[in-house]
Amino acid sequence: MQEQLDTSGYHGDREALASALQSVLANGAVLSNPEALKPYECDGLSAYRSLPYIVVLPETVEQVQQVLKICKRLQTPVVARGAGTGLSGGALPHKRGVLLSLAKFKRIIDVDVANRCARVEPGVRNLAITEAVKQYGLYYAPDPSSQIACSIGGNVAENSGGVHCLKYGLTVHNIQQLKILTFDGELHTIGGSGLDSSGYDLLALMTGSEGLLGIIIEVTVKLLPKPDTVQVLLASFNDVAAAGASVANVIAAGIIPAGLELMDNAAIRAAEDFVHAGYPTDAAAVLICEIDGPEDDVVEQVQRVSDVFKQSGADEVRVASSDSERQQFWAGRKAAFPAVGRISPDYYCMDGTIPRHQLAAVLTHITELSNEYGLRVVNVFHAGDGNLHPLILYDANIENELEQTEELGRKILEACVKAGGTITGEHGVGVEKLDAMCFQFNKDELQQLHAVKQAFDPDGLLNPGKAVPTLHRCAEFGAMHVHNGEVPFPEIERF
Amino acid sequence: MSSDISTELQKKLEHAFDNDTAVNIKGHSSKDFYGRRTDASLATLETTQHSGIIDYQPTELVITARCGTSIEEIEKTLATENQMFAFEPPRFNHRGSIGGMVACGLSGPARPYAGSLRDAVLGITCLNGKAEKLSYGGQVMKNVAGYDISRLMTGAMGTLGVILDASIKVMPKPETEITLKLEKDATQAMQTWQELGKQALPISASCHLDDTLYIRLSGNAAAVKHATSIIGGEADEAGHDFWQALRDQQHDFFTGNQPLWRLSLAPATLTLNLTGKALTDWAGAQRWIRTDEPANVIRALCESHGGHATLFNPSDNNVEAFHPLAPGIAALHTQLKQAFDPAGILNPMRMLADY
Repeated sequence: MQEQLDTSGYHGDREALASALQSVLANGAVLSNPEALKPYECDGLSAYRSLPYIVVLPETVEQVQQVLKICKRLQTPVVARGAGTGLSGGALPHKRGVLLSLAKFKRIIDVDVANRCARVEPGVRNLAITEAVKQYGLYYAPDPSSQIACSIGGNVAENSGGVHCLKYGLTVHNIQQLKILTFDGELHTIGGSGLDSSGYDLLALMTGSEGLLGIIIEVTVKLLPKPDTVQVLLASFNDVAAAGASVANVIAAGIIPAGLELMDNAAIRAAEDFVHAGYPTDAAAVLICEIDGPEDDVVEQVQRVSDVFKQSGADEVRVASSDSERQQFWAGRKAAFPAVGRISPDYYCMDGTIPRHQLAAVLTHITELSNEYGLRVVNVFHAGDGNLHPLILYDANIENELEQTEELGRKILEACVKAGGTITGEHGVGVEKLDAMCFQFNKDELQQLHAVKQAFDPDGLLNPGKAVPTLHRCAEFGAMHVHNGEVPFPEIERF
Repeated sequence: MSSDISTELQKKLEHAFDNDTAVNIKGHSSKDFYGRRTDASLATLETTQHSGIIDYQPTELVITARCGTSIEEIEKTLATENQMFAFEPPRFNHRGSIGGMVACGLSGPARPYAGSLRDAVLGITCLNGKAEKLSYGGQVMKNVAGYDISRLMTGAMGTLGVILDASIKVMPKPETEITLKLEKDATQAMQTWQELGKQALPISASCHLDDTLYIRLSGNAAAVKHATSIIGGEADEAGHDFWQALRDQQHDFFTGNQPLWRLSLAPATLTLNLTGKALTDWAGAQRWIRTDEPANVIRALCESHGGHATLFNPSDNNVEAFHPLAPGIAALHTQLKQAFDPAGILNPMRMLADY
């Protein structure tokens, strides 16, 4: 069973486990005192907290192998942790398990300019890769908003996206080889130095597997040449639906922008108050559109996008006239989350994806839900790929408000699934969206996912209880959310 | 032509599962030559009748079609909206279905620039070896709910599931396309690729054959013109036909019965010491070679460079079509096969000798 966080796990003495682990690690690499454990109690989703039993900070692959062998022998759950910036609780510790921090794996092992790839350890920060290869005119494309802090191992585990996915893809499109350790400590090389490899596509399977299948110990990322020219447009609309429709119109014109972001009025105001990016605060929505490529292409496409925006009802379209103005256009978008943090004690960031043509309908539905629950929702998201990030504003100090927020969040995700989309575009399921998985997948589909887990980790001890809900959980969840008298999973015994 | 026979396919597979009888999945049979020879006495599960486009909205950049739909039919539909499969799947003898395309996972000349078929697969519905109908992924670009089963199925040669339908990303067609020809030997071609690879140019394909380097540029007219001035060479009026022939393996290079090897290597790998005629595609990352050199020699060389070698036109199973897997990876494959097809009834031994 994967989600009995309290009852499963190591049941022996903490000191005995610590000393077994200490025997294979350097001094100071085993933390077991509650004060030292505290910083590890949550990841970027701080609403969920749980102290790990023990934290280990190995420095070599051999040490990680030893740790895994001990944990296998003692049947102790292992949760891998990178930079701890994840937004779905994927690195939430197990109360009776070992939290395996990969923070010390920070080396960029090799930059292969001729083959435009870099071999790096999992703890290397996303942005550090681009910084290290900038001198060759290259960069690593996926850029999650936490790129200054998040690590590449975590990016692979979550299949992280970012602002530029529409054109450059997710992590899965930008890596070519992984070294992983399965729970038995065995080292496997997945993928290769070419563009494909023999056998099943384990590289895709590992990417986004949220630490349930193996520990990522090395990543070879693809590097791209920096585009010559980058240009940004800022378009304002007095109607969110028109802004949403204009996104589809850009694509229909045969243009694939490098980034296409939408902010609604609440997001515009919050951002404007915070960083004074010069956004029109009376607009219902703004779109920020980035075009990159060869200069001649960019010049033409900027003109065409500008025309499309105007034809789609934009009140105003501004094209950045300088590098600093370009950065200013982006500044508001990039500061949107912290800006929202200033107007509300707490906020909860959702991550559903929907087909683009459903943008207007789903945004309207979100507004209705927001009114129904009496909770404000701010929308700032990757419109180009239909990846919504509704931010639900709440106050954790008000009784029941977190629960209300989570329920509203689930309803938003349900709406995404109904619109033909998904419950998570780039943040992962973690612990946060386990219930939402129950309305995205049926019993057979979930069982097949569990069978995949079993194929890699027969002990079921790598990050147990995350990413894929048990059928019992879905039955229980379904019992709480009966729609039209249809009970999901009727064949499952209920408790 | 459009018909949904998924229920019938599911029933047939259920029957096979209940009776523990294996099936060979059969689409257009255009890629029967690819992979291992299978036991022809097994029952076939014919999927061609399960056909038709289920959903296509050009602004979503995705098309969903049943497995029996022909690649050419879909490409015609995409062309009416000025869109395309950017990964240029091969169409052997003008045939090939979407199911077979996904199951074989092959991509054409644009692959290093526009991504692979696997990159473009967004979702699938399939029957696993227990005849359970399963859907993973979807029609949206970004989706990280559950493991990436859609891409795991891509290139799995039907050994993990019968693909019923697939949602595949499509892209706008470029405004202009031209092909440049430059006289270069293999070493010079490699140097040119190195130089060009550092720049953001609108290159969409690049191949070396017979001391000629072919480079295709795709984009708007001004950008293509500008890139032409950087790269040089002469415009090849027959360029479009050249890439089509390369994509569909209609080029003379691919005719004849001599063993055809596909080597997948890091693009900057120096020319391998193998006898035989070579065609280097994907700016060095995919090398075709017609050679009688022993498989173990070819494979050891590729492995030493972190690559792998596929015998693309095996005449029997004496030489494995696909590069042997490392023991640990092979064990994971066995367990995955067990997870999807516990009775081993789907395309037995089509991919690997053991199951």
